[in-house]
Amino acid sequence: MNEITVTHILFVSTALFFIGMYGLFTRRNMITMLMAVELILNSVNINFVAFNKYVYPGKLDGIFFTIFVITIAAAEAAVAIAIIINLYRSHHSIDVEDASELKY
Amino acid sequence: MNNYLYIALIPLLPLASFLLLGLFGRKYFKTFSGTVGTGSLLASAVLSLFTAYHYFFIDGKVNGVFQKIIAFKYTWLPFSPNVSIDMGIILDPISVMMIVVVTFVSLMVHVFSLGYMKGEERFATYYAFLSLFTFSMLGLVVSSNIFQIYMFWELVGVSSFLLIGYYFEKPSAVAAAKKAFIVTRFADLGFLIGILILAFYSGTLDFGVLIQRLTSFQSPEYLNITSASFLGASMLTWGLTLVFIGGAGKSAMFPLHIWLPDAMEGPTPVSALIHAATMVVAGVYLVARLFPVFSIDVTALQIVTYVGAFSALLAAIIACTQTDIKRVLAYSTMSQIGYMMFALGVSKYGGDNGLGYMASLFHLFTHAFFKSLLFLGAGAVIHLVHSNEMKDMGGLRKLMPITHITFLIACLAIAGIPPFAGFFSKEEILSAAFNSNKLIYAVAVFTSGLTAFYMFRLYYTIFWSKDAHVHDTHHGEGTFSMKLPLLILGALALGAGFVPIASLVTSDGAALETHIDVGFSALPVLLAVAGIVLATFLYKNENSKPQSIATSFGSLYKAAYRKFYIDEVYLFITKKIIFNLIGRPAAWIDKNIVDGFMNLLATTTAKISTAIKGLQSGKVQNYALYFFGGIIGLAVLIIYLWK
Repeated sequence: MNEITVTHILFVSTALFFIGMYGLFTRRNMITMLMAVELILNSVNINFVAFNKYVYPGKLDGIFFTIFVITIAAAEAAVAIAIIINLYRSHHSIDVEDASELKY
Repeated sequence: MNNYLYIALIPLLPLASFLLLGLFGRKYFKTFSGTVGTGSLLASAVLSLFTAYHYFFIDGKVNGVFQKIIAFKYTWLPFSPNVSIDMGIILDPISVMMIVVVTFVSLMVHVFSLGYMKGEERFATYYAFLSLFTFSMLGLVVSSNIFQIYMFWELVGVSSFLLIGYYFEKPSAVAAAKKAFIVTRFADLGFLIGILILAFYSGTLDFGVLIQRLTSFQSPEYLNITSASFLGASMLTWGLTLVFIGGAGKSAMFPLHIWLPDAMEGPTPVSALIHAATMVVAGVYLVARLFPVFSIDVTALQIVTYVGAFSALLAAIIACTQTDIKRVLAYSTMSQIGYMMFALGVSKYGGDNGLGYMASLFHLFTHAFFKSLLFLGAGAVIHLVHSNEMKDMGGLRKLMPITHITFLIACLAIAGIPPFAGFFSKEEILSAAFNSNKLIYAVAVFTSGLTAFYMFRLYYTIFWSKDAHVHDTHHGEGTFSMKLPLLILGALALGAGFVPIASLVTSDGAALETHIDVGFSALPVLLAVAGIVLATFLYKNENSKPQSIATSFGSLYKAAYRKFYIDEVYLFITKKIIFNLIGRPAAWIDKNIVDGFMNLLATTTAKISTAIKGLQSGKVQNYALYFFGGIIGLAVLIIYLWK
């Protein structure tokens, strides 16, 4: 039975990253966009864990970093949701297309 | 040596009054600003009389020769150990005489203005300007440093600009002020270059050192400046001539005299102060100040002589035809200053040869009194008649007896009738001219006859001629403050000739013996009397003779009336030649090339920004996309192309 190599994991994380990217570019709903950003962050987390396991098996740096990113992501979600709520209050919509006043 | 520091107060008091009135006058001194200005000047005048007494009679003289005393000196701007711009006060016969003349005439004008300018809206401003002018003029005459004199020279120019343009709601006054400023400024350019030449070769800016170095024939500075030459003349000649051009600008010598008649747009007391007694003699003073240097350069002195004599004659001819009384006086001033100039020109340095120098300053002294009297008298007349034109006057002798008598005294003084002041000084000038240059003497004697003629033409048309037809006589002859200066100056015009200037103000400081030779004075006095008689015959009663004489002179009369078209020549040169050949091309280059380049930059930037502004769409996902594209691009660059 074949072993799961780092390449497999990297495929998964790359797929996750581009799914997130696609979501970020195509979705107009800000909550969905926030979710897409979370996907991107998690793809990075997978990379960290994978490289820690396969490249420096004796160390924990990658894991620590992952926990750090998760913490930041939680804080970021709180901020982002606050922004979204404010946007909704002022525009009565959370569609980013509606909030395009800042232009030439 | 005594402590002379109090002399600094003489110029500083008017400065204080200027600051006080200029800053707070309109608010706090609206009614008594005249008193403030006059009071400070009265203190100055008393101090300067005291100074003169002290200098001339107590401690100015050492072994029978008046010394130059540096009363005060402060190094203001040192360039090198030897060259510095100082602020100093020099006391020598001419500067002491000048501070007395300036403070005294200025005081008379201040007092006169109390009545003349009463009720003016900007009364305080007027007195502030008068104070500023007096301060600058006093600073000028006490300067111990050639650059200091230049600074005060410019200050005098500015304050005269302000005073001429005092009635700035009148376009003609504005034009006259601008004209005076530009013409004298143009002449000052020559002055500045002259200063730089003299200072460069002598290595100093201090008057005493400069004169000492340039007049000792063995000094390296003297040898340098005389051996260097430019366009066939030595640098000494160039330097002195350029300095003289500056002086000629301020003193209204031909061909830089065109501003003086127009400057009569200012209030009349101002004309008495600036255009009779003080600023216009600054040029004479400057030449006298540098006279030891002038006296060793024959060419420069000859320029001074001929310019002076020609101006004297030209102005006298023009004065015979003018109808504005102030313009007649302006041209007579120019003519008298021409006298002073050529008297300096025919003089030599030291001893009996310095007669012309003494005569010139003597004439400056007497002229200051009788000319300011004439102007103030004219001011009183204008105050009553509300016009400057001769045709609006006539028969005023009954309405204004004091003005009439004092004006007559001044006319006799300027005509050179003994024993009035002008006689003595003019005699000295004529005898100085006679001893050195017969042509100049002839011109001077002829001009002196003309002077008598046009002054009495003025006198008769104002005070005799037809009957008075002035209806508006509510203020009569004017207030007491207007009559008092007339009386004081009248007394001086009568008596100033007896002041022994010859023993006080001479080129080398030693007293000079003068005597009046009856045989010699007979001719000029006879000519003057002839001029007066002719004027009596033509102008005492209104008749048609002057008109027919004017017609018989035809084009000559017309040319003199139009001031020999000198103004037109200036206008032609400036408007047609300079404007078209230099002004227009320069404007074209500025508009099309300099501005064009800047406009090109601006329009290019604007076009580019219009083209790319669409990128900033306000859509956040687009930005993310650009960002992402950029990252991909960088990644490709780093991975595949970074070798």
